[in-house]
Order: sequence, then structure tokens, then C-alpha cells
Amino acid sequence: METKKPKNVFKEGAISSEFIANSIAKHQSKTSIGAHNIFLGQVRADIIDDKTVSAIEYTAYEDMANAKFHDIREAAFNKFNLTCMHIYHSLGNVNVGEICLFVFVSSTRRKEVFKAIEFIVEEIKANVPVFGKEIFEDSTHQWKVNS
Amino acid sequence: MKLTVKYFGLLAEVTQCSEEQFKFSGTLISEFLEAIYLKHPKLKEKDFQAAQSNEIVSKNTKITQAEIVLLPPFAGG
Repeated sequence: METKKPKNVFKEGAISSEFIANSIAKHQSKTSIGAHNIFLGQVRADIIDDKTVSAIEYTAYEDMANAKFHDIREAAFNKFNLTCMHIYHSLGNVNVGEICLFVFVSSTRRKEVFKAIEFIVEEIKANVPVFGKEIFEDSTHQWKVNS
Repeated sequence: MKLTVKYFGLLAEVTQCSEEQFKFSGTLISEFLEAIYLKHPKLKEKDFQAAQSNEIVSKNTKITQAEIVLLPPFAGG
């Protein structure tokens, strides 16, 4: 079982594909696992009033956010039969096309990870105080709101 | 009482600070909001929630901490 102590979920900047690949590779030694599921949040080049988003600058109320991430982990472990769970969220600048959220769950069997990933991602979107400043190509900005 | 008020995201732009000391004599979040609107009238037009001890609180919650945090809509993920 993965440890349940509060941990810092935040990483400065985008989450690289190398980091994600290494996370997957680290699980090869955990041979009770039969199914992984991964959610990757990617910064989208939204077009708003003819202006295109080029990056999102993330900030967070980190104390509360880490407490909420901890609550979500606990709830997910209680609700689903998971072997382990990892959550990483970016802070600072993430360009369009780059990854800002990485959720990785593993279980002995597939059905648990399908349900768990949706639960975790929806909980993060609704309850974790992360704020996103959408930077347009002309350097103006607006504040993103989850829909 | 003397409160520390923290502002995040859009709210920090509106108030032009991320944190400030604020003297306040009431007991409820609703009373605090009325008082802070006098200082920052533009806050009243914005969508936000108040938090105390890492939890979102409703307007009729009693203030029990020296720190109140105002949070705009979340945009994680």
C-alpha cells in the first residue's frame, strides 16, 4: 500500500513526458498490479474574443490545496481497491500542449482504476484551490474558471 | 480583532495585494465581508469563497481564526 502521509503534489512548471515514463517504469517491480490508469491534463490553446491562449500560469493556496489533495487520496483509497496512487499538479508557467496534471492509479484489476481516475480528477477540479491565469499571445490575460 | 486576509488569483489583482492586516470588530464571516467591501468595493462584484483553517466557510460561520483567505473560482487540472 502506498503511504498516506500528506505530500507535496506541486511541481514547478510543466510535467515532462520523461517524468511520466519514469513513474510508469517504477511500477514494474510491483507485480501484484494488473491495471494502471492515467489522466493527463493538457493546457489547451483556447481562443477567446479572437485571442489565443499561449500558456497558463498556475498559483495555489498551497496549504489548503495539499490538505485537499490528501483528503482526496484518503477518500479514493477508501472507496476503491487501489494498490497505489500518485497526483502531480503544476505551478507556475505551463505552455499550451504541455501537461499540468498527472494522476496515476494502479490496482490488481481494471474496473477499480477506471472508476477511481474519474473520481479523483473531478474532486481535484471541484475542491482544490488552484488558480489559472490564461496568458494570451499578446501578453494580456484572463483568469480561468473550471467548467 | 486583527485579521490577516489573504487574496489569491483575480482577487489579488482587485485588491492589489496578496495579504494584508485588517482590523475588525464583528464575529461572523458575513460581517467581515461587509467590512472588507468598504475597503475594497470591487470585491463585491467578484465571485469568490472564504476559507478558514483550510476549509471553505459559509457566510454565517463564526470567525475562529486570525487568518481569513479569499479564494476565486478554482481552475486546477
